Amino acid sequence: MSMIVAAATGSSTLAFPILTGLVLTPLIGALAVLFFGRLRPEWTKMAALTSSVATGSLSLWVLQAFDSTNAGFQFVSQHEWIAAWGISWHLGIDGISLFLVVLTGMLFPLVIAGVDPHHDERPYLAWMLILQAGVMGSFVSLDLFLFFVFFEIVLVPMYFLIGGWGYGDRVYAATKFFLFTMAGSAFMLVGIVATALLSRDSVGEVTFDLVVLAETGALSVAEGRWLFVAFAVAFAVKVPLFPVHTWLPDAHTQAPTGGSVILAGVLLKMGTYGLLRFGVYLFPEASVWARPALYTLAVVGILYGAIAATMQTDLKRLVAYSSVAHLGFIVLGTFALTDQAVTGGVMQMVNHGVSTGALFLLVGMIYERRHTRLIAELRGLQHVAPIFAGFFMIVMLSSIGLPGLNGFVGEFLILIGAFDTARWWVIIGTVGVVLAALYLLWAYQRVFHGEPDEANQGFAELRLREGLLLSVFVAIIVFTGVYPKPMLSRIEPSVTALIEHVESRTDYQRPIQGEAKD
Amino acid sequence: MELDTDFTAPTIEWFALSPYIALAGGMLIMLLVGALTPRWPRGWYGLASATTAGVAGVLAAVQFGELSSAAPRTLVKGALAQDRFGLLALITVCVAVVFTSMTTADAAARSANDAAPRTTDSLEHYVLLLTAALGAAIMVTANDLVVSFLGIEILSLSLYVLAASDRRRTASQEAGLKYFILGGFASAFLLYGIALVYGTTGQTNISDIGVVLADEISVPRNDAMLLAGVALLLVGFGFKVALVPFHSWTPDVYQGAPTHVTGFMASLGKVAAVVALVRLFVVAFPARADDWRPAVFGLAVLTLVVGSVLAIVQTDVKRMLAYSSIAHAGFMLVGLEAAGHIGSDSASDGVSAALIYVVLYSVLAVGSFAAVSIVSGAASTTSLDVFKGVAKTNPVFALGFTVLLLAQAGVPLTSGFVAKFGVIRAAVSTESYVLAVLAMVSAVVAAYLYLRIMVSMWLAEPVSVLPRTVTIAGRMTLGIAVAITLVLGVLPTWLLNLGDSLTSLAR
Repeated sequence: MSMIVAAATGSSTLAFPILTGLVLTPLIGALAVLFFGRLRPEWTKMAALTSSVATGSLSLWVLQAFDSTNAGFQFVSQHEWIAAWGISWHLGIDGISLFLVVLTGMLFPLVIAGVDPHHDERPYLAWMLILQAGVMGSFVSLDLFLFFVFFEIVLVPMYFLIGGWGYGDRVYAATKFFLFTMAGSAFMLVGIVATALLSRDSVGEVTFDLVVLAETGALSVAEGRWLFVAFAVAFAVKVPLFPVHTWLPDAHTQAPTGGSVILAGVLLKMGTYGLLRFGVYLFPEASVWARPALYTLAVVGILYGAIAATMQTDLKRLVAYSSVAHLGFIVLGTFALTDQAVTGGVMQMVNHGVSTGALFLLVGMIYERRHTRLIAELRGLQHVAPIFAGFFMIVMLSSIGLPGLNGFVGEFLILIGAFDTARWWVIIGTVGVVLAALYLLWAYQRVFHGEPDEANQGFAELRLREGLLLSVFVAIIVFTGVYPKPMLSRIEPSVTALIEHVESRTDYQRPIQGEAKD
Repeated sequence: MELDTDFTAPTIEWFALSPYIALAGGMLIMLLVGALTPRWPRGWYGLASATTAGVAGVLAAVQFGELSSAAPRTLVKGALAQDRFGLLALITVCVAVVFTSMTTADAAARSANDAAPRTTDSLEHYVLLLTAALGAAIMVTANDLVVSFLGIEILSLSLYVLAASDRRRTASQEAGLKYFILGGFASAFLLYGIALVYGTTGQTNISDIGVVLADEISVPRNDAMLLAGVALLLVGFGFKVALVPFHSWTPDVYQGAPTHVTGFMASLGKVAAVVALVRLFVVAFPARADDWRPAVFGLAVLTLVVGSVLAIVQTDVKRMLAYSSIAHAGFMLVGLEAAGHIGSDSASDGVSAALIYVVLYSVLAVGSFAAVSIVSGAASTTSLDVFKGVAKTNPVFALGFTVLLLAQAGVPLTSGFVAKFGVIRAAVSTESYVLAVLAMVSAVVAAYLYLRIMVSMWLAEPVSVLPRTVTIAGRMTLGIAVAITLVLGVLPTWLLNLGDSLTSLAR
């Protein structure tokens, strides 16, 4: 494979358009599912698995071929799409998106293999694969319009997954999810158009290309701030940040297990990733300006999410609220704008995807067995299902941030990195770490400890397939926790380049870290 | 005012007039032959009207192609404009007739099995589609207020009859009567507006009005009278386009009229009215843009907000789609508002955005109402409940309708998104940020409506399994509409590359 390094942007071009492959493979799979499914129903699942495993393998290939010394965009492929509007099919990844792409590639085959829908397998799998294509597309897009297309198209499969295969009040939850996110995107669309048109003079043409706009576009301070707000609204809904988080507990709780895992694992990351890629990179001045507000929202989210999680009676809702808290940390890290904090934030996006995804799987398994998610009705599961409890324990501790597991590395980096730039917020936010231990351990204690009553006596132990599925998650949790260096060394160059980009365009200077203060 | 004493007959460009001649000729031949022959086999009337419209559309398309090199011009001493703006609309009108001929035949075939057939496969019905198309064709290219008014009347009278064509249902007759009476009011407003504008400028020719008004010094004129005329024209067209607050007829008429006719009104009627409105204001009144733009702004805001908010509280699908068509008209007005920023380089973006919006919407409207007609055909109601569980019984059909609904909601990779994006782009490039944001937010509100229909189709249990016979014509209508929606949604380049050539209007 020959690599041609494009000197101007520091990006490399590859002969085989692997990123396009990443987006198209699941789509082809979705079509195969629809067609095969009708002729040969028994092939449905095979087709879905094949295409999602193929996508996963492609993403792993990208991981090993990724050049960790290159901070720019790699595997770039660019083709004209809607030339009349200056829109191109421009894909590429750097250290910031790399692991999100891998996470998306890995999580879907696991979910498809490990969690069966209760009915109508064919459309379920087709929607799943379309969802994978959409999420993948939004992580690799380097064109504002293209990103918006993927960002928005994701709503449709997720809407049908929640509405069609969810629990209880699923239609309400699905509709709320769709409308909240779409309302946020409404502002972003106007923002995207305005960004392209207002940069017309400085760029020399109307283009929606992210790299061109970020590197050569020059917006006035006021313009940049307004546009940043327009983008931030959309991402804040997606993250979700307090006070626009209210769709999340409903969507998570009513979604089918597979949907919850994907929602928590990768969909929410589209918000935090967006803040970094389209907020900080595109509007450096406004990002620096908006930091106090975002810190505050992040910390409010951390505390609010944690307190709300503590009060939940429904295990799934508890995990959902814990997401609000965790994502608060990620936003805090993102806008702290130091190498460590942003690297930690990016890492935490992946960690949260793994550990919360696994938590949703476990909660889903509990529900399959007991047909309830109410903490009060569960008791003493540790006695009847010790292996199950063991897996739950590891995943939960990862979510709490126990040293040696993945959650610790990310959270620690965020807190230590943000200490210089957002000291008081960090101090308050740290309370959230303690609260996380409180609500998760308390929940664990209520569900797994004690003597099982009659209803819980029959709680089945982990099955082989479930065990294998969870083992993958636990392996990632432990490996990243013990040896995070391969991951960090790939994220860090791009993060440093991003922060230097911010420094070169604003009067912001990151504090020199690692040196003695006196 | 001196009169032209020595009258010289204008030169007539017969080929340029051929689409109109084809429509009128086909219509007359159908009436004549149909009256002299026994009843034709089922579907043949529809075939005849579709062929006529198809021929007219091809003739218009040929001229559209010729205009890539030739400059826009006016025909018959300035009575008609020949430019790509009008011709694209004319082609759309013909396409709408082809579609509607098919949906009418489809509805008639389905109705033939009923004990009391509600739609008959009658000759007059198809002939009226062609007269309406002739009126619309004249409207979209009229370059004279009087000619425009003729077109409006030909179109409106045909639509009044079509709306009332379901003789067995009182709702249909009520719709026709209501449309007729309120439409008469609107025509009166239009005529009064034309009279006042003529009174001030001494012209009825749209280009000449523009020339006269652009000339600030030489023509003494009564400003109040002119502005009153412009306002009355806006009211008249506002009624035809169904802008809030002149929209009150729309839900009742859309609900009462036979469903395929509703689709026809929403597509062809909207194209004709919006294109005529844009042409009039952009060609005749650019000098007064600062006066009419705020009015258009206000109407756009009202139309967007009221249309989308009222859409979501309806329980009848036809009423829902009626209000949604009002909300869509609001988007078209956003384009007109952008076109009103005359000094700005980007004003012409608004013209092409509004046109492309209405063209793409018309395809969605025909397809959506065809789908409603198919679902509600067996049940004699269009309540949302009829749609429950359609996906279980007819999954492919449900998928097609879902694509059209998602397109109306403005989801990417559909033509609806391309249309919305173009309008938003035009608004932003003329710095109408408030309007752009409002339009997008109202699109979110309206999205709830399309979600409700989708929920009924996909997520609700079927109430009763109704036999839904769909003829080949019905399948084709839906299939082609969905194909256009997706192809232009993914690859809109061809349409957008027309953009610049669409905006040079004949003057």
